[in-house]
Amino acid sequence: MSEANESLWWLAASPLIWAAHLLLSYGVAAIFCAKLAAASGSLWPVQLFIFALTAVALAGIALIGARGWRRHRLGGSKLPHDADTPEDRYRFLGFASLLLSGVSGIAVVYAVLPAVFIGSCR
Amino acid sequence: MTRGKATAAAGPPDVEPLEHEPPEQLQRAQAERLEKAWETPTGFRYWSAVNNTEVGLWYTAMAFVFFLFAGVLALLMRLQLATPNAGVLSADHYNQAFTVHGSVMMFLFAIPIFEAIAVTLMPQMLGARDLPFPRLAAFGFWCFVLGGLFLCGSIFFDAAPKGGWFMYPPLTSAYQPGIGADIWLLGFSFIEVAAIASAVELIVGALKCRPPGMRIHLMPLYAWYTLVGAAMIVFAFPPLICGSMLLEVQRAFDWPFFDPARGGDPLLWQHLFWLFGHPEVYIIFLPSIALVAMIVPTFARRPISGYGWVVLAAVGTGFISFGLWVHHLYTTGLPGISLGLFSAASSAVAIPTGVQFFCFIATLWAGKVKRSVPMLWSVGALAIFVLGGLTGVMVALAPFDFQAHDTFFVVGHFHYVLIGGAIFPIIAGLYYFYPIVSGKLLSDRLGTIAFWLAFVGFNVTFMPMHLSGMRGMPRRVFTYPEGLGLELPNLLSTVGAFVLAAGVAVVVADVLWPKKRKSPRDPWGAGTLEWVQEMPAKPWGIRSIPEIDGRYPLWEQPNLVRDIDQGRFYLPDAEEGLRETLVTSVIDAKPQQCQRLPGPSFIPLVGALALGGFFIFGTFHLWWAAVLSFVLSIGIFWRWLWVGSAVKPERATKHVGLGLELPLYVSGPASVGWWAMLITLLAVFTAYVCIVFGYFFFWTVRDDFPRPGANGPGLFWPLLGGAGLLAAWALTLLARRANGNDRGLRFYVSTALAMVLAACGAAALLAGPWATGLTPSAHAYDAIVWLLMAWTVLHTGAGVVMLAYCFVSRLAGRMTARHDIDIQNVVLFWHFTALTAAITVAVTAGFPLTT
Repeated sequence: MSEANESLWWLAASPLIWAAHLLLSYGVAAIFCAKLAAASGSLWPVQLFIFALTAVALAGIALIGARGWRRHRLGGSKLPHDADTPEDRYRFLGFASLLLSGVSGIAVVYAVLPAVFIGSCR
Repeated sequence: MTRGKATAAAGPPDVEPLEHEPPEQLQRAQAERLEKAWETPTGFRYWSAVNNTEVGLWYTAMAFVFFLFAGVLALLMRLQLATPNAGVLSADHYNQAFTVHGSVMMFLFAIPIFEAIAVTLMPQMLGARDLPFPRLAAFGFWCFVLGGLFLCGSIFFDAAPKGGWFMYPPLTSAYQPGIGADIWLLGFSFIEVAAIASAVELIVGALKCRPPGMRIHLMPLYAWYTLVGAAMIVFAFPPLICGSMLLEVQRAFDWPFFDPARGGDPLLWQHLFWLFGHPEVYIIFLPSIALVAMIVPTFARRPISGYGWVVLAAVGTGFISFGLWVHHLYTTGLPGISLGLFSAASSAVAIPTGVQFFCFIATLWAGKVKRSVPMLWSVGALAIFVLGGLTGVMVALAPFDFQAHDTFFVVGHFHYVLIGGAIFPIIAGLYYFYPIVSGKLLSDRLGTIAFWLAFVGFNVTFMPMHLSGMRGMPRRVFTYPEGLGLELPNLLSTVGAFVLAAGVAVVVADVLWPKKRKSPRDPWGAGTLEWVQEMPAKPWGIRSIPEIDGRYPLWEQPNLVRDIDQGRFYLPDAEEGLRETLVTSVIDAKPQQCQRLPGPSFIPLVGALALGGFFIFGTFHLWWAAVLSFVLSIGIFWRWLWVGSAVKPERATKHVGLGLELPLYVSGPASVGWWAMLITLLAVFTAYVCIVFGYFFFWTVRDDFPRPGANGPGLFWPLLGGAGLLAAWALTLLARRANGNDRGLRFYVSTALAMVLAACGAAALLAGPWATGLTPSAHAYDAIVWLLMAWTVLHTGAGVVMLAYCFVSRLAGRMTARHDIDIQNVVLFWHFTALTAAITVAVTAGFPLTT
């Protein structure tokens, strides 16, 4: 429960995975379309790449979210986690990282949809 | 409350205030000493003040002056557009007016007002005497004033920028020969220095200057939003600094970064600008809506519902807002997959934004709402912002945007977002927090009248713009023909604009009107710490720094005000007559250090003038004067550090009250200075990464990159240069160790060698493109290689000056084995120098091998 074992980076972890997912999807698609394919060229290698990347990203986000969930549920305590104790700080940071994992997961799912529906570089 | 019940494993139990009131005589003596230490200078020395109460006030006032100035320009534009083919403004003046209006609102009002409000309020909210770098905040303010006056002044000489607030090349690189664009590029680069300075101050403040016991999950929501907003500045402003540098170098020295005829591409500017520009919108929005997050619980008479959800909203929006920039480039012919990805992210950002609004609504629903002027403006803000958010989701969809792009629909949309998301909340905050600054209350009657004028005027102005935009009225065109159905919506917009302006005028009158109505303490019955402040405020900020037990200490901790006032908590005294505050740990706010703060000084003002000279002389291509100003500013910064930072205390520790003994000097990651250095370096590194991005961007979009026939910079010189810089880095590490072991000779030799090797390495880096005949004005490839080298060399130059500083500092006895802040921070700087050098060599020498 000591603060030495706690880090604010856990809050950033899931959003950073979302950011990496978006940038890699965008970068790979842009380079593929500019360098390797004609404007009407099929996008399937990129689609495949984005699907694989999405699976990895969602798995990472799920792990971080599960860690957050366990911390949030420590001792079966309920929200709002506002007591002046290290336990509630621990629960709160877990809860916040759970929520951020949720929104990051949704944003990753949003980002994979274009790769489902768009099959060319047009 | 679980005061004192924590187990041993969870750390020491919370501290109670002194049980008995200190003798009255002692209290009076303490208060006198505090007053003396924190006294505001008078006469002309008033302008040397650095305390947050003064700097914050000047900052806020100046930002409002710029707001009114840009507002007048808006009214002029509305007069011009009231009727078709009007002649109020010529096309050229209209171009200047909309450019200066947008630029001033964004760079001189919206961003600075965030910093101004945060600098004013954060210390009060955190029970800190001041933030850790008061002189840095003052420096930021003076940079802002100087840069702002320079930019605004240009319009009176008919020399203002006229390329729109986003300055797209090639319009601004090839078709606008005057100095307007240079004023924009250099003036705002200068102001961005100020923004990053404030961001450093606010991040370190939120993380390290909270009162004891204010654990991270008890921090006021405003501090969360400020933390996120300031962190966003650190990563969002550098792309603009990088882009401005590229564009200015093209304008001044003809390096063709944006010239497609010579290997460049104007779209690079759009990427860099909007990498800054979109997060910027949220940098404006988050700290403003943060004011609403403070106001709502006060008037709902209950804690915020869903504190964790609001934190999610702030942090989540902060991240996702960096993934939206391409939605400004929908019509540039990118592949559909790119549009889809950014359309998805643009829709996703609505989720966290919506979450916090539901939290506010839930809080109001669950509470007993007390009607008030701040509440009125807050509710108005929510209503307007929601409409702007909805049109935002519309333009996030690429097919709709193809139709609405560059029309008045977009103008309507972003004014709903910015005025609902920033102006209304800020005015709500003005009415709410006014007593903190002045000890007086603003008028309820005038506030209500102003609100209705502004609310009605706003909607009458901007609602019809959606319609005129859909009917095809383009933005930034100075007039329109008759008979297209644009007359009525435009006339309505003009009438509305003047009603809105009348509302703003009433607010200004209310603020300036001499007031008799003195505010009682905590006039709204709020629960957060800033309201323990005496009315009017004392310069010391808080009489003693309390132990915090909850999110709303004034509601939850009995006798808090009494205990603070009687000096029953920490630092109730200033025995040595010095300004002091507590530094605490990031997560649990455990006291770690008693931090001495610098007092009034003209150095920030003089430093800003000197650095401003560099940018202003540069605008007029007076290169020698610019270089001279730059050297002068380095000298001033040297002096600033020498007399004002890393001062050796008279003893190692100090008793700060309640039986706590804290160190007066810490270095490395434990010190606030090290964190400030790290944050600054992250910003610098981000700007550098943007140049590297430019390199690969050119490679992606151009078939002639690297330039066919170019055989530079080769391998030999870059590798030699990189080796020299890495060796200098290793020697810097040795120097730190030698200093730590008190091996003087070894320290001096390593430092001196490091400087020599750094200079040689830098020279070798420049020798690469020089020896292989790369000509920066010939092709974008040559230009960007030169720029990567030049950036690395400048970075190294700064590192050499810092090493020299440490050398002299130890020689003068300022730095010792134990008092080693200087070398610790310089080593951190050299980590980044080594990283920069390694990437520069890998990219410039290594990448051409692969193509």
